Amino acid sequence: MFSYCTDPSSLQGLPWLSCYLTSGTHLLFYSSFGTVLLLLAITAPVALIFGYGGAMAARSRIAPLRWFGKIYTAMVRGIPDIIFFLFVPIALDQAFEWMRHQALCDSSQPVRQGSDFVVCDAAKLPLSDASPWVHDAYGIFLAVIAFSIVFGAFAANVLYGAMQAVPRAQLETAEAYGMTPRQVTRRVLVPQMWTYALPGLSNLWMILIKATPLLFLLGVEDVVYWARELGGAKTSAFTYPHPDWRLYYFLALLVFYLLMTWISGRVLDRVARRLSRGQATLAGEAQRKGAIA
Amino acid sequence: MSCTQTIIDYGLRSLGYGERLLPRADYTLCQQFTLIGSGLIWNIYFAVLALSIGFVLANALAVARASRNPWLRRPADAFIFVFRGSPLFIQFFIAYQALVMLPRAGIDIFGLTVQTSWLTRAWAGALIVLTLNTTAYSAQIFHGALMAVPKGDIEAADAYGMTGWTRFRRVIWPTMMRLAWPSYTNEAIFLFHATTLVYFSSFPAFQQKGDALYYASYFADKTFNPFVAYPIAAAYFIAATLLLIWLFGRVNRRLNRHLPGAGGRVRYKPQLAR
Repeated sequence: MFSYCTDPSSLQGLPWLSCYLTSGTHLLFYSSFGTVLLLLAITAPVALIFGYGGAMAARSRIAPLRWFGKIYTAMVRGIPDIIFFLFVPIALDQAFEWMRHQALCDSSQPVRQGSDFVVCDAAKLPLSDASPWVHDAYGIFLAVIAFSIVFGAFAANVLYGAMQAVPRAQLETAEAYGMTPRQVTRRVLVPQMWTYALPGLSNLWMILIKATPLLFLLGVEDVVYWARELGGAKTSAFTYPHPDWRLYYFLALLVFYLLMTWISGRVLDRVARRLSRGQATLAGEAQRKGAIA
Repeated sequence: MSCTQTIIDYGLRSLGYGERLLPRADYTLCQQFTLIGSGLIWNIYFAVLALSIGFVLANALAVARASRNPWLRRPADAFIFVFRGSPLFIQFFIAYQALVMLPRAGIDIFGLTVQTSWLTRAWAGALIVLTLNTTAYSAQIFHGALMAVPKGDIEAADAYGMTGWTRFRRVIWPTMMRLAWPSYTNEAIFLFHATTLVYFSSFPAFQQKGDALYYASYFADKTFNPFVAYPIAAAYFIAATLLLIWLFGRVNRRLNRHLPGAGGRVRYKPQLAR
């Protein structure tokens, strides 16, 4: 990075540290924070959509759809999320490869042969001659789906509760005006549910932030992966030899996450105050009284 | 090999008893059920101990947080902020790295040599992390409940001439527990599920003595088939979670027994507070 970094072994103290912290692998480490933020940016809206779908399904009049919705919302209550994080990426990968196997290969060959999962070369995902970034992107794609399914189920719980919390009289009034069920949902239910959903969704956002290190379990080269790689003891064969510094790298991650949750907390408090303005809830009432006094 | 034999061989494998080698070929359903169930012992061990120790510590911490003395309040606030604001996964990594750094030979305290190597084992090290973690979350819940104790209750206690410890033990604490219990049930479930993280963070599974998910992922890796082992683990966890909800529901009913209409239905109202 800096011009004096050509021979790190001759450096001492601060110049050494500045060269060390800007080495190529460290830049990869810093960019992996981007991976975490990217995952958050994609997962949060997708999970919200999944959650909305799940909540609507759980309220549906069509019985099989309702059962599906109920099971989807209930599953994260009894099963640890880590099981899903381990299960979903492999299961999806095998499902995709199986479908491609059926379409592209000699489908008379069984996919499972003893303890092996065999598909022909054309059905492999990603293809064996694909460039490395495709493999990385595919890994992140599977991770995003896994996160979205789990957090979609959490969000479905929150949104289902929020929809139930909207006063029944509001919906009945809308029906009395002759609105169809679809119109009631779109014009009355959905706009009003957010103030009830916000505490749950804020909490969910915090849980999502704190779940991002689990990307490491899914084989993505994320912050935890790099902290372990870079922090491990380096012998003099390396350009920057140092003892085991993993503790310091993890402490840096701790600070990163504390900052993330702290800032999120501040922002979400503001949003909550804004949303409860003029609402017929305790928080809204308190604001009204505060404004008068 | 019959299923009974498998259960005898692997039923307590997670504790180190029975057959030493894990199955290597021809994985049967019975083997998977037995080993994953055997691993569940560790999940229950972590959950029960972390929750019971954490419960006591969390009560103290919640009271400290409500204290007017800044020397008590500030550290309590900081502790809760750090443990609630950071991922459990990172806490495991940090704790393991820190515990590994302790001197191998042990520490001399007043001439006594205290061994430290056992702290890097999952049964102790991970238990400490889980306990501190649940302490922070539960303290937050208990503190919220403590703040929500009706003023009238405390005034009534004052009118009876109760003060200090008596007032706390006989009036404030029971109400605080009653108010906190639904959220605390939720926290207990989250903690129980979080125990699956232990063997996927730094803590190694010595001699392949791991928890339910450790064995489930072992089978999924060996058979390249996630559709058997993980659902088995999931089924075990659903059963254990239902048991936990039932147990906490019993306590809830006892806490609310003086209130009219509380005896009948105890509905677990799911919420997301972690």
